[in-house]
Amino acid sequence: MKVGLFIPCYINQLYPNVAIATLELLEKLNVDVYYPLNQTCCGQPLGNSGYESDAKGACQLFVENFKEYDVVVGPSGSCVHHIVEHFDLLPQTEEVKKIRNNTFELCEFIVKVLGKKIEGASFPHKVGLHKSCHGLRGLKLGSCSEKVEPYFSIEEDLLNEVEGLELMSLNRKDECCGFGGTFSVFEEAISVKMGKDKIQDHLDNGVEIITGADHSCLMHLEGLINRNKQPIKVMHIAEILNSSL
Amino acid sequence: MSHSKKAKIFNKNEDKVNWHDKALWFVREKRDVAANKVKGWEHLRDYASGIKANVLSNLDNYLVEFESNAIKNGIKVHWASNAEEHNTIVHKILQKHNAKNIVKSKSMLTEECHLNPYLEAQGIEVVDTDLGEYIVQIAKEAPSHIVLPAIHKTKEEVDELFQEHLGTTPSNGNPEYLTNEARKHLRSKFLNADAAITGVNFAVAETGGFVVCTNEGNADMGAHLAKVHIACMGIEKIIPKEEHLGIFLCLLARSATGQPITTYSSHFNKPIEGNEMHIVIVDNGRTEQLNREDFRSSLHCIRCGACMNTCPIYRRSGGHSYDATIPGPIGSILSPGKDLKKHSSLPFASTLCGSCTNVCPVKINIHEQLYKWRQIVVKDVKQPFVKKVVLKITGWLMARPKLFNLLGKSGRFILKYAPRFVVYSKLNAWGNARELPKIEKQNFNQWYKNRNKNG
Repeated sequence: MKVGLFIPCYINQLYPNVAIATLELLEKLNVDVYYPLNQTCCGQPLGNSGYESDAKGACQLFVENFKEYDVVVGPSGSCVHHIVEHFDLLPQTEEVKKIRNNTFELCEFIVKVLGKKIEGASFPHKVGLHKSCHGLRGLKLGSCSEKVEPYFSIEEDLLNEVEGLELMSLNRKDECCGFGGTFSVFEEAISVKMGKDKIQDHLDNGVEIITGADHSCLMHLEGLINRNKQPIKVMHIAEILNSSL
Repeated sequence: MSHSKKAKIFNKNEDKVNWHDKALWFVREKRDVAANKVKGWEHLRDYASGIKANVLSNLDNYLVEFESNAIKNGIKVHWASNAEEHNTIVHKILQKHNAKNIVKSKSMLTEECHLNPYLEAQGIEVVDTDLGEYIVQIAKEAPSHIVLPAIHKTKEEVDELFQEHLGTTPSNGNPEYLTNEARKHLRSKFLNADAAITGVNFAVAETGGFVVCTNEGNADMGAHLAKVHIACMGIEKIIPKEEHLGIFLCLLARSATGQPITTYSSHFNKPIEGNEMHIVIVDNGRTEQLNREDFRSSLHCIRCGACMNTCPIYRRSGGHSYDATIPGPIGSILSPGKDLKKHSSLPFASTLCGSCTNVCPVKINIHEQLYKWRQIVVKDVKQPFVKKVVLKITGWLMARPKLFNLLGKSGRFILKYAPRFVVYSKLNAWGNARELPKIEKQNFNQWYKNRNKNG
């Protein structure tokens, strides 16, 4: 299985360590992984702003970049969700259909496609999981608190395989953090308030590190944490799963 | 004023925001407990959604069936294509009976049609008898929530309001005392009412009867005491059969407040002898919405308000920030269909988290419809020039990897080396309350190329 590594644009530019951790983790899991250098953006920021049609070029480029791979894997639930859900704006050729059916978020890929466990990772810290909405409700990485369904969480399962890691529970298990892409600037007041409340929930439950499968949410939370000098950090789930593997 | 501006104003009082958020989250949690006690909850949602889809596909037949059965029962049926017609019909009925004092139980439709100001201008007194509605009525405000109309008011604020309007003594916001005072006041209104107006939760095509759900019994008291009962309903309130009530009544109150059922689920099938019962069936933009394939299912809504209680934005911005009769997520997909320009900011008042879609008892894909409205808004409503140009250029760049990468690199360079006051200028809404990420030495592309070079 030839895997194309999809690194969302903001991770490429702002969080190279998240991308490195993702690549290393996949390599350690013996995945035949390649990184196409011509990738830009999946077009999600435009789609969410109402300018979906202006992102057609970006979507077509994505398909060009990844059409030769059996599977596409990316460390960002919302970007993957955008490809799966919103690439319906392209003509549905075989290539496009193949990509939409075979693009996975990192945790989803490890558990559902590879069926592998995380071995040898160790991270002796109190960790709070931020279940990003697009991953949770969009890609169904876990059960949602609104639904009456059996409890499960792919992300929690993986984190529980990490030695020494103590997963803390939250008062509001899956409330949105308020990032929401361009929402974070166009609805700045609410976005900030939601983020503050989210961080407080983690602090109230003794969390040292907030983790998640979508670094855009974490970027928003980190921005608030750093401004308010709060005693808590954020790390992408790939960085934790890759720690001393 | 846009939602974001109103939300910003609401957020100036953080304690109030926290209180509002917690009050509604409490309701959401009660809903979760209630839903989890029902076996097959998700199946019930499927059924309810399916029944509503069937209703919308066969609305013409069901409406006619309902009308003929209602007429057989002795109910007078009226049709209104818009708010104005609705108000005129109600007024004519009242005129015929020389009705001057009206009691009204909760009806979002009459809010939508602005019936109160219309009747008041004709010299008719209309008293909202639902406690929450009564509070907002005397405060001269609109409901901020469809089930909890005065949820934006603390009990202390209600205390002050009652002192002013009912002459109550200061009670430090004692709910029992305040409720009793309202009750005393409303009792005389009920006893002297010439006509009662109610909403309709469900109109049953097969029987020609309708069901009104309340917790306070105010609809019943009004309708049973007055000589004339006028029930106002939107065309989408139809359900085919009485047995379908078993599904909807099971879902409605649990979704709304976490109660197993509303205190009163009153079935009105025919007028009391000597009295009159009227039903006004209103379109007011609904057939237009029905015609929009992507947004049709918004008409499934049974007005439970669960999407408001669960919405993290609604909880922190308050119902009035939506400046629409129906606030919150469902309002944000209904209102643009009525007046796209006025409500153009509402589809953007969401992170598209999807909690509304999951909580909805009739499975309206609210967050997906918000996304679709956004695409329409930017095409049909004039957008700020800069925003439009920036996003268009971004789209163009995204299709050009070399330029895109160059721009990314330049951006990183600027963020890394520009002075703080430049980066954190007023134009940077992100940086108002948040730091930007710390810039690393190289991006992943560079790291990857270097690694491959070094083998």
